[in-house]
Amino acid sequence: MNTTTTTTAAPPAQADAIPKAAFDWIPLALVPLLALLALPAIGSPSSWLTLTVAGLAMGMIVFIIASGLTLVFGLMDVLNFGHGVFIAFGAFVATSIFGAMTGWSDADSLLKNLAVVFLAMLAAMSVTAAIGWGFERVMVRPVYGQHLKQILVTMGGMIIGEELIKVVWGPQQVPLPLPTTLRGSFIFGDAVVEKYRLVAVVIGAGVLLAMLFTLNRTKLGLLIRAGVQDREMVESLGYRIRRLFVGVFVAGSALAGLGGVLWGLYQQSVIPQIGAQVNTLIFIVIIIGGLGSTFGCFVGALLVGLLANYVGFLAPKAAMFSNIGLMVAILLWRPQGLYPVANR
Amino acid sequence: MLSRLLSHDLPRNRWLAAILIVIVLGLALTPFLFPSTKALNVGAKILVFIVLVASFDLLLGYTGIVSFAHTMFFGIGAYGVAIASTRLGPGWGALALGVGVALVVALVLSLVIGLFSLRVKAIFFAMITLAVASAFLSLASQLSEFTGGEDGLNFKVPEALQPGTQYFEEPFFGASIDGRFLSYYLLFVAAVALVLVMLRIVNSPFGRVLQAIRENDFRAEAIGYRVVVYRTLSNVLSALFATLAGCLLAIWLRYNGPDTSLSFEIMLDILLIVVIGGMGTVYGAVVGSVLFVIAQNYLQDLLKLGASAVEGVPVASQLVSPDRWLLWLGLLFVLSVYHFPTGVVGRLRALRSKGRRP
Repeated sequence: MNTTTTTTAAPPAQADAIPKAAFDWIPLALVPLLALLALPAIGSPSSWLTLTVAGLAMGMIVFIIASGLTLVFGLMDVLNFGHGVFIAFGAFVATSIFGAMTGWSDADSLLKNLAVVFLAMLAAMSVTAAIGWGFERVMVRPVYGQHLKQILVTMGGMIIGEELIKVVWGPQQVPLPLPTTLRGSFIFGDAVVEKYRLVAVVIGAGVLLAMLFTLNRTKLGLLIRAGVQDREMVESLGYRIRRLFVGVFVAGSALAGLGGVLWGLYQQSVIPQIGAQVNTLIFIVIIIGGLGSTFGCFVGALLVGLLANYVGFLAPKAAMFSNIGLMVAILLWRPQGLYPVANR
Repeated sequence: MLSRLLSHDLPRNRWLAAILIVIVLGLALTPFLFPSTKALNVGAKILVFIVLVASFDLLLGYTGIVSFAHTMFFGIGAYGVAIASTRLGPGWGALALGVGVALVVALVLSLVIGLFSLRVKAIFFAMITLAVASAFLSLASQLSEFTGGEDGLNFKVPEALQPGTQYFEEPFFGASIDGRFLSYYLLFVAAVALVLVMLRIVNSPFGRVLQAIRENDFRAEAIGYRVVVYRTLSNVLSALFATLAGCLLAIWLRYNGPDTSLSFEIMLDILLIVVIGGMGTVYGAVVGSVLFVIAQNYLQDLLKLGASAVEGVPVASQLVSPDRWLLWLGLLFVLSVYHFPTGVVGRLRALRSKGRRP
């Protein structure tokens, strides 16, 4: 996330005093490059546009679910293997809200439909934030700095969380249908663009902007970035980094909850094992992005989303390996990921 | 003699020794003591899991590496036997070829993964192996003409091991001496031999280097050991033993599919067993596997009793419902990571040393 600081132009006087590293454009340029390369391979521009929008939407959702994890890892050096379970909790809370408000979600009014979606998001984020707070307090706090135990304990947390979901919502698949007016698609030229994917792109962009703004333009963000760089220094300046830690963990869990709602609506059904399924995807994304980097996570998510859709169209059987192929290729090129975090 | 056989790594606790003797005798006499089909299946599953978990312990407990690709090698072994037996027909030659090819594939794959990614930190390796394993799982279900896809492969084993083959007309001490009986003892002998070999490995100078790397890799490197080489070797060895465990599973079940040998649930089971049984002790794999497989098969019956006691209470009846046994095991897992990081075996051994030094 330190690389993203350079995207914002500083006032000229300061820029002279502190020379800034040039922003690394090459990884970001991979995204349009991939899209351009796919155009001749796919042939028809209309299906290309459909796939591109679908890929961007998937990328945005993946970014939202993965951003919390990379943020937590960047600041706290904790890799939460149970992150997926927050996603599952978010999605299941959404199914309850949708189930309770079928009147509004089946109504033929965009306003009511959006209200249900936003209520579901709000509820999911509050619930997962609360769970995240408890999780940090009970499970993660005793194992800071011990990677081996972190992996084991958070994995155990995932097992317990998954079972608790089965206790509350039952072990079977739960449908999560889209509200009426968000179903179907626009015809855009010759291309078919699903409405929900546009919604996902908008929400994803909103989250990205909010995160970049918080991290780069607020004092809180300054402290978080400073904490990533040098924890002791921030502590010695008198800030309580512990509280910051908890805050980031809670925010990361809430983002996972939000992502869970979007992912559940994208798949239109939720199963308790969704956490373990999504884990692989988000790990690939944050490895590609360079562990701990928010912007890298964003670029990685877009690459994964686009590639998954293009390959899924061109060679459906190879779709499952596109992610892993991308990860291997990128790690061979940049072993630390696209935007490596400087101090690691 | 016994001490030599166990590579001088004796149980070092009276209770542990007693438990191990009961386990070994129980497994050796399962066909006679518990002649039901279910009990025999449980016994065979325990034997397979002992080998599989001990091989994972080589990696996690002795070298301090968390890998999520262990079921991949387990699956390679099982698919090796399954594919060879379907293609070539039942026979010892097919079996040997399947095992051999699986071992070679596992060797190459684990070597590549090790050299490619063991230089990085623990967390990185765990994530990369998770990704590789899930890619392999989808590969296995996609190549359906080769692996049978989601349906898996049903195949026949050599005639001598088929359940229909009767060796004696009369049951012998309550056990019918048939191909099933012979298969069980094949598994038993193989499992005992493999565990003894693994004990030999971890108690050799090589095993000591692995432990040194687990405790402090920086210092081990400074002393002059090439840490990457040792980690890769540990990865390869552990993969080979897991492959053999997979072969045993396939021989016993005469079936293999993605869910039987590759699913993520099995990986979680392995992790639970290693931690609850005791990391860094091959005996932990033995005790843990017995506890876990028995819990998996019989704890549900116990929970059924509990569930009928609190029937009608809304949440409690869900919490103790027999399907939620994994919840309690998960809790036990987390608690044991915090409070008994050395598991059942480590705990028992610690008891003894406390008694020694009052």
